[in-house]
Amino acid sequence: MTQKGDKAFSLAVHTAGLFVLVLLGTIIVLLFIGGLPAFRAFGPGFLVSSAWNPVTGSFGALVSVYGTVVSSVLALLMAVPLAFGVAFFLTELAPSWLRRPVGTAIELLAAVPSIIYGMWGFFVLAPAVSATVKPWLVSTLGHLPGIAGAFRAAPGDSSIFIASLVLAIMITPFIAATMRDVFLTVPVIFKESAYGLGCTPWEVMRRIVLPYTQASVVGGIMLGLGRALGETMAVTFVIGNTNRISTSIFAPGNTIASLVALEFPEAESGSLQLSSLLALGFILFVISFVVLAISRALLAQRVRA
Amino acid sequence: MTPSLSHAATLLRGAAVSAVLAAAVGTPAHAQAITGAGSTFAAPIYGAWADASKAATRITLNYQGNGSGAGQKMVTQRTVDFGGSDAPMAHDKLAAAKLLQFPAVMGAVDIAVNVPGVADGRLRLDGPTIADIYLGTITAWNDPAIVKLNPGVKLPGLAIAPVYRADGSGTTYVFTSYLSKVSPDFKSKVGADKAVSWPAGTGAKGTAGVAGAVKNTLGGIGYVESAYATPENHLATTQLRDHDGAFVRPSLASFAAAAAHADWAGAKDFAVDLNDQPGANAWPIVSATFVLVPTNPADPAKGAAVIKFFDWAFSNGDATAKSLQYVALPASVKTQVRAAWNSLAK
Repeated sequence: MTQKGDKAFSLAVHTAGLFVLVLLGTIIVLLFIGGLPAFRAFGPGFLVSSAWNPVTGSFGALVSVYGTVVSSVLALLMAVPLAFGVAFFLTELAPSWLRRPVGTAIELLAAVPSIIYGMWGFFVLAPAVSATVKPWLVSTLGHLPGIAGAFRAAPGDSSIFIASLVLAIMITPFIAATMRDVFLTVPVIFKESAYGLGCTPWEVMRRIVLPYTQASVVGGIMLGLGRALGETMAVTFVIGNTNRISTSIFAPGNTIASLVALEFPEAESGSLQLSSLLALGFILFVISFVVLAISRALLAQRVRA
Repeated sequence: MTPSLSHAATLLRGAAVSAVLAAAVGTPAHAQAITGAGSTFAAPIYGAWADASKAATRITLNYQGNGSGAGQKMVTQRTVDFGGSDAPMAHDKLAAAKLLQFPAVMGAVDIAVNVPGVADGRLRLDGPTIADIYLGTITAWNDPAIVKLNPGVKLPGLAIAPVYRADGSGTTYVFTSYLSKVSPDFKSKVGADKAVSWPAGTGAKGTAGVAGAVKNTLGGIGYVESAYATPENHLATTQLRDHDGAFVRPSLASFAAAAAHADWAGAKDFAVDLNDQPGANAWPIVSATFVLVPTNPADPAKGAAVIKFFDWAFSNGDATAKSLQYVALPASVKTQVRAAWNSLAK
């Protein structure tokens, strides 16, 4: 009886475990098959073509891949220092009565639905940034040789910059929570010893905590990047949804996830447009997969060490 | 696509003909459930008609507003009893899929602007000028082309920020069809579709997104379903130059005038182009939303129920349509649609 029960249970959990693999594999394969007509029609040129014209039936991935990567990387550049500050404050500096409320606030921020961030970004943040931060950046960084083009003024509130800003706010809680958790895994005796030698909190962070948690910290950042790459609603609201590449971060752009979400419902079945959208989905899957694989590898390193 | 607010009541009194048809399609005694899918634009009115007609027709409708493309696909595969589509389907596709196409209701597209110092309804534009704005060749509000259309209006030297629908949409199809009709340049460079490759401007999601972006952006211009340009939404709309050269304000009367002048009888499958119609006071950007029904329904009782539902709507649904800001079909068009149904019943 017991043995039978054991067998049944083992079968059930094996099925559950394998089901996830099968599910993932099926999604990838179906996306690829769906995108095959587009890959066939445009060949490798699909990746480097900046066209997206449903009227003439000419499609390419370059603009949305560019927008996806640039907005996510910019978001990381803004989110990582902020998240690090939060985690540093929470683990080393904050008085114990403050740790709980701030920690809870971080977790609540992570639970805000992305559409709320999108609407807030569109109605509040974008007009405010256009009136304040943008002119300031244009008049300062916009004059630096070499990078002036990236800060050239462009009309309108929607831009890759605003999208990155909203993304940064969205992924900060994830990165901060991961960092806080791994900072707490540092054995107290290491930190106490350093403090005993007269180290400042910053020196403890720099020489003890960060080296000890390096890989996990990078893993957490990668998880944030993964989320930024796939974010749809919030980005759609504020990025401007144009199929053009501009060197300026204040110009509108497009991302894979938002383009697919916007055009999928009205794309006719069997059309090259639908196939191109599925092909974009496949490309996004590959990009996300690479990012997650790197993060997994780094986290695994940490576990072994 | 477009519903319309406004009030002009006079439009439609086509109820009389309906009795004939009710006889033609028969009246099943028991309750009948039908399914439909497609046009999101038409979903609110189909839902309202379904609620209002239930008692009289004993038909329950389950309509899924999942987009015109999906509606065409699902009715072609016979997954649903009828499909809703904002853009008419091509004649050969209809024939191949054995579908009958007829219009259900109409709507218009308004042009919304945000130009400081210019009051709501004051600005005058014409199709070629709007086309040039969306092509990126007219970039400032004090461009000579706009000044010429607006004698006596003080226009600021502000950059124009065109806003378009980023999501695939019947409204974009109607708007780009209009611009392609009046501007050869637009037709060759952009063309008409539910989503196009815009050379200028930024995209916003949904009608609400376009309206919000226009309101947010000084110098903004956008196109919205006329139902959306209500006083409560504080959108400033423009006059447009009609086919005859006069300037027209958006109103239920001017939308109806456009529909009345169109050559419905001459159009195959009712796929009539309502844009830029000749005739007095005809708003130039108007369109119908279409219903697709199988000519060989797998279940004839359901096929008949679909026709019965729309017959009820044509006879009794105009007030509901108006309250939801749609423009009902002219009586003459309803008669023609009913004639098409009769050919179906045989």
